[in-house]
Amino acid sequence: MIRSIAFLAAALFASATHAETYADASRIVTVGGPVTEIVYALGEEDRIIARDTTSVFPAEANALPDVGYMRRLSAEGVLSVAPDLIIARSTSGPIEAIDQLKSASIPIVFVEDTFTAEAVIEAINTVGTALGATEKSEALAADVQADLDRLAAKVSDLEAQQRVLFILSMDGGRVNAAGSGTGANGIIELAGGINVMAESYSGYKLVDAEAIIEAAPDVVLMMDGRGNHSGRKEEVLSLPAIALTPAGQNDGFITVPGAALGFGPRTGQLGLELHDSLYGGAG
Amino acid sequence: MAAAEHIARPSASSHVQGDRRRRVLAVRTGLSVALVLAMLLSLGWGAASDTQVIPALLTPLGLAEASLRDTVIIWDIRFPRMLTGAFVGASLAVSGAVMQGLFRNPLADPGLIGVSAGAGFGAVAAIVLGGLLPVAIQAVVGYYLVPLAAFFGGWITTIVLYAVATRGGRTSIATMLLAGIALGALTGALTGIIVYYATDDQLRDLTFWGLGSVAGANWDKFWTALPLIVACLIVAPFLARSLNALALGEAAATHMGIPVQRMKNIAILTVAGSVGASVAVTGGIGFVGIVVPHLLRLAQGPDHNGLLINSALLGAVMLLVADAMARTVIAPAEMPIGIITAILGGPFFLWILLRNRNVVDL
Repeated sequence: MIRSIAFLAAALFASATHAETYADASRIVTVGGPVTEIVYALGEEDRIIARDTTSVFPAEANALPDVGYMRRLSAEGVLSVAPDLIIARSTSGPIEAIDQLKSASIPIVFVEDTFTAEAVIEAINTVGTALGATEKSEALAADVQADLDRLAAKVSDLEAQQRVLFILSMDGGRVNAAGSGTGANGIIELAGGINVMAESYSGYKLVDAEAIIEAAPDVVLMMDGRGNHSGRKEEVLSLPAIALTPAGQNDGFITVPGAALGFGPRTGQLGLELHDSLYGGAG
Repeated sequence: MAAAEHIARPSASSHVQGDRRRRVLAVRTGLSVALVLAMLLSLGWGAASDTQVIPALLTPLGLAEASLRDTVIIWDIRFPRMLTGAFVGASLAVSGAVMQGLFRNPLADPGLIGVSAGAGFGAVAAIVLGGLLPVAIQAVVGYYLVPLAAFFGGWITTIVLYAVATRGGRTSIATMLLAGIALGALTGALTGIIVYYATDDQLRDLTFWGLGSVAGANWDKFWTALPLIVACLIVAPFLARSLNALALGEAAATHMGIPVQRMKNIAILTVAGSVGASVAVTGGIGFVGIVVPHLLRLAQGPDHNGLLINSALLGAVMLLVADAMARTVIAPAEMPIGIITAILGGPFFLWILLRNRNVVDL
């Protein structure tokens, strides 16, 4: 019990422990897609020995052993690859496994994850510090920050913002759309759009047809690369609920790569791309 | 209600009984050996295959020196996990056997008395709404919030169900079954409401909780769940004679001098406690409660005297083996154990249904 309280306290103040550096760590387990991506972006991927199921970018990461889904880590599974450092998203778990890893004296560095531009920069710095590669991480953070600044400048020049409805999936005509607190919401706001469902709810939820008509989105946004989606645009825009909105009437349908929903080193670039497809690239 | 003769044949001749007794003993001996082997397997086999098991076991006694990593793997991960797996498996299997006897239905499992539905609701509520509690409470309850909520959810549902089905000091098993369906629908709907408000991360947690895992086992949880499970394991064998008599019907059992109502009270309460505690620690693990007693009835006959203890042994063996597979099949990741027990148990359950087609009205 005391250990669990100590852990909770540690978790609460995890953001205060950024200064940890493990420059000698050579057997690192990375947990969480953005974390793995940052390590690769820093060119330190040779030090990774295993990753979690959500770490699928870049493609080479898939060749590494998989220690399981980031919220269902198995302590023994992680210990079996003999790590000397774990870098994990702060929402990794379960707590029991984290606790057991700590009792085996494996250092764990947590990376805060929220869907904002600031969080991306902070994550890059945290990972860079943990790896003892601050020079590289400062350069990467500066690159990403430059993209983000360029994007912010474009957004502030906008005269009118597009109203965007992000549809995660459509099952039998029922629309599952993004509310606030989602990666989709984050990237839409970053790119200068307005998420029409942000004020209605948080997370991804099934949305009533009339609520969509009322929200009047200018654009429907979906993830690309979901297997067979030829004709998906027509299918979506011809839904009765969508057909009556400005998006349905003006052919407003665009897609983003799935990676745009997870905030990482590509966020600035992906935000710029989304901005260009939203506003015709006239920036 | 389905075939009583499937459960017990008290009229068997003494010759047959002697034969059966020998078979029960043979099965028990075999299972005891299997349990020891399964426990060794559970301690010695895992994702970290290079663990120095024996030195690590001896380290706390000062007889050997193993690395901290190996000591943690053996003493903080595998040991509580082995004991939790064995006791939870025994608890689920014995509870299944008792429920099948009590409900005189070969397809009964602890879900019939609402434990699973209630525990599921409690767990879902804790996973999704736990974050809304004041930080001070979260700090005290910590990661015991979900197990506690699951346990009390299961326990309270059973008590409600039991109160609904009991009138004038008599518990109607039929009412309990039907009220269980109604209550199951209600908790299902409440669970649905909460699921609707869950975030994506929480939804993943909920899914995994429903599939069960022994991976979250640690000493604290094990010691907390142990008394309730042990109570059920100790009480169950004393119910054997009553369950045998009950197979002839409640009236017949009463005429034979069995205190039927008291027995129902004891059976339902101990099973609810034990299954509630098990589910709280490991999440939902399917099919052990149904498959184990049936396997044993096929092997040694329906007499509860031999059935209950052997169910505990086989349940423990089955869960330990399933868990050993769960942690190695896709190592270093882990497969939820509910998937493994269901893959093994599902086809078997289907076979039971087909075999009983004449008595179970499809």
